[in-house]
Amino acid sequence: MSEGALSHLRICDFTGQLAGAGATRFLAAFGAQIIRIEDPVTEGRWDILRGNPPYKPGQRGLEYGGAYNNHNVEKLGITLNLRTDRGKEILRDLVRISDAVTENFAAGVLERWGFNYEGLKAIRPDIIYVSNCGFGHSGPYRDFKTWGPIVQAVSGLTFSSGIPDQPPAGWGYSYMDHTGAYFMAMAIMMALHHRNVTGEGQWVDLACTEAACTLNGPALLDATVNGRPLRRPGMPDANRSQFPPMAPHNIYAAAGEDNWVAVACRNDGEWATLRQFIGERWASDPRFDRISGRLEWQDELDANMTAFTSARDRFTLAESIRALGIPATAVQRPEERIDKDPNTEGWGLWPTVQHTLMGEVRVDGLPVHLSETDWHLERGGPCLGEHNEQVYGEVLGMSSREIAGLRAEGVI
Amino acid sequence: MNGPLQGLRLIELCSENGSWAGKLFADAGCDVVKLEPPGGDVTRTYPPFLDDQPGEGRSLYFWYYNTSKRSVTIDLETNEGRDAFKALAAGADFVLEDRPPGEMARLGLDYPDLRATNPRLIYLSITPFGRDAPRAHEPATDLTIFGGGGPAWNNGYDDHTLPPVRGGGGQAMHTGSHFAVMAGLVALLHRDRTGQGQHVDVNMHAAANVTTEAGSYTWLVAQETVQRQTGRHAGTRQTMTSQLECADGRWVNTGVPPRRPDDFVRCHEWLEAEGLLEGFHAAPLLLEGARRERIDLSMLQEDEELQAIFGAGREAMAFIASRLTAYEFFTGAQGRGFQVGIIYSPEEAIADPQFVDRGFPTEVEHPELGRSFTYPGAPYLFHGSPWAISRRPPLPGEHTEEVLAQLKPTQ
Repeated sequence: MSEGALSHLRICDFTGQLAGAGATRFLAAFGAQIIRIEDPVTEGRWDILRGNPPYKPGQRGLEYGGAYNNHNVEKLGITLNLRTDRGKEILRDLVRISDAVTENFAAGVLERWGFNYEGLKAIRPDIIYVSNCGFGHSGPYRDFKTWGPIVQAVSGLTFSSGIPDQPPAGWGYSYMDHTGAYFMAMAIMMALHHRNVTGEGQWVDLACTEAACTLNGPALLDATVNGRPLRRPGMPDANRSQFPPMAPHNIYAAAGEDNWVAVACRNDGEWATLRQFIGERWASDPRFDRISGRLEWQDELDANMTAFTSARDRFTLAESIRALGIPATAVQRPEERIDKDPNTEGWGLWPTVQHTLMGEVRVDGLPVHLSETDWHLERGGPCLGEHNEQVYGEVLGMSSREIAGLRAEGVI
Repeated sequence: MNGPLQGLRLIELCSENGSWAGKLFADAGCDVVKLEPPGGDVTRTYPPFLDDQPGEGRSLYFWYYNTSKRSVTIDLETNEGRDAFKALAAGADFVLEDRPPGEMARLGLDYPDLRATNPRLIYLSITPFGRDAPRAHEPATDLTIFGGGGPAWNNGYDDHTLPPVRGGGGQAMHTGSHFAVMAGLVALLHRDRTGQGQHVDVNMHAAANVTTEAGSYTWLVAQETVQRQTGRHAGTRQTMTSQLECADGRWVNTGVPPRRPDDFVRCHEWLEAEGLLEGFHAAPLLLEGARRERIDLSMLQEDEELQAIFGAGREAMAFIASRLTAYEFFTGAQGRGFQVGIIYSPEEAIADPQFVDRGFPTEVEHPELGRSFTYPGAPYLFHGSPWAISRRPPLPGEHTEEVLAQLKPTQ
């Protein structure tokens, strides 16, 4: 791969799943050397995505997990048994030549192996250590275990994702594993810049529940400042818009099975246009002329909208409404937004990487383009210990005999 | 101690879509100068309002997204305003803008217009579909980006007569902003080494598309389509329910049910400790699970007793939940090693002992109101260069004089 913006950086990386692996994935896309360390004894199964579906047709097993591949593209994979003294010694050698150490174990795991921040700092004074877990490394819940849905539940994100008179809908994916990884990537890079300026490393303690709790700001201030909780009758109502108020603003049924169209009418002028387009008598009801009326009679407005949309094709309807300058979209299925949306393909959003055993696989790309140092994703996620020779040999300078010895002793 | 981005300056020309990115820079110590048109940015008119009274400086929406920033009023439709913008950009590390594609070029304030004067400048553009994209000029909001970009398809209920759910809180805007900050930091680290600035094009719709976990990669890898389910991951097959209503009417996410022999031991102990053993009909099956040497869930189809044991574990958790408050269930389960989460509303989360103990709720003084208010706090704890809200959100144009005075040539 060509020289990238971060090609000068090396990360000693214990992250896995998505909440951690997603962070170092982003750095890897810009050329950072990510040395991902896995446990040879458990064959890396701490990362439950290793070997889990989806699989390409006809494949399955430890090296074929589609999610693992997606989250670990462009990383180097090594095995290292930290239960052994020799393994700990090798880790110290690796830390000495790394810019940062990253992990998303439960709080205290790395510390029990003897590698808390103080320990890492003793090895390399300007080391940056970024830990990422659900509740952080302090507080009464320090030992509580989490994954994305638990983080979302405790932080308020599950609650705020719902519609009235229903239980929480929550998130149909680990939004906070993705977003925890984004905050982790920011933390790593902010700390690196700080080190570039001051020469000092540091520990960043990232608690995904806290990162998540920053994502409902206006609703939280409404509670802390005005005393109005989000837990109140009629709320949450995530498909409607409270800040700013907009109506009609919802996801409406369209023709066909499980087909939906989202419409966001932003102001009175847009409603005047949409009303004409709809052309039915209810739409010219003067109660709906102003936003105050459309909010007051929103249930009736939405019922009328649904009657209008549910007989129509979602793509055609959304396109017609957008042509009026009003935001609208079909709720797109994966196939539609991945293979049939010119905007994602034209962006290069689904690059194909080469995985040693899986072969060619498409993965998530990045939603940014940098004019001078853009990202590249070409190599798939590493097989277990795939880069042992490269890392122990070329990076740490061991001979092939030494490496063979480590393997025989169960150190790698 | 100062934040990790201390010493950097960012010129922000953002409204709804990019103000969150600006706040992430500002609370990390970067000097963020927010440029607002005469009359102020439109988000100053967004509810909720302090004491529900609209008026200058009272939008809590604006408050939240603009902490630690300074505000300068500038009219970019005038030559004078554009000159001031150029002068500010000449001395800045970043420009962050979320104007519609083409607008900055029309004003003569796009990256190519500024780079010659300041080759170190990092210019971040956030737009709904990317600047040169086929759909670049389509109107979009948070709802339509999450609707068309993937997340909404994943979220909702087992009952598919109910609509997909967007997810609350403006997350399409947040996700775009997260990538703007991440890419901006990549550009900064590159500049630290080379002195070279650049332009960064951030695409909110693409950001939503790559933030759907299995929604995307199940299609990319296996050409299968996930289906939404109540409160849990959308999947290609229906999975077990994961939310329970507790005795106080509040909900919990049950996480992972008992599945290892010692899980069944602790589950049985818990029932006993709560005095619920008598009332639970399947307690002997829990003991059976505890006695097994190992439990192989891949044998679930073939092993009928195992099915009964696994079912009893789930039932036991549901039974306990029905007798305890959500908070008792959450802490009781976690204290016994079960991954469970209470489903808090946001205001309940911020008041929880864990969040309080770590100092998450943050008091911010608003001197002109003679009051301080509790804001959500740090998304990450930097031990060497702390995150901080350095000042309350600015009043419109509050810093116009002090910022523009610095631009005047000092002979």
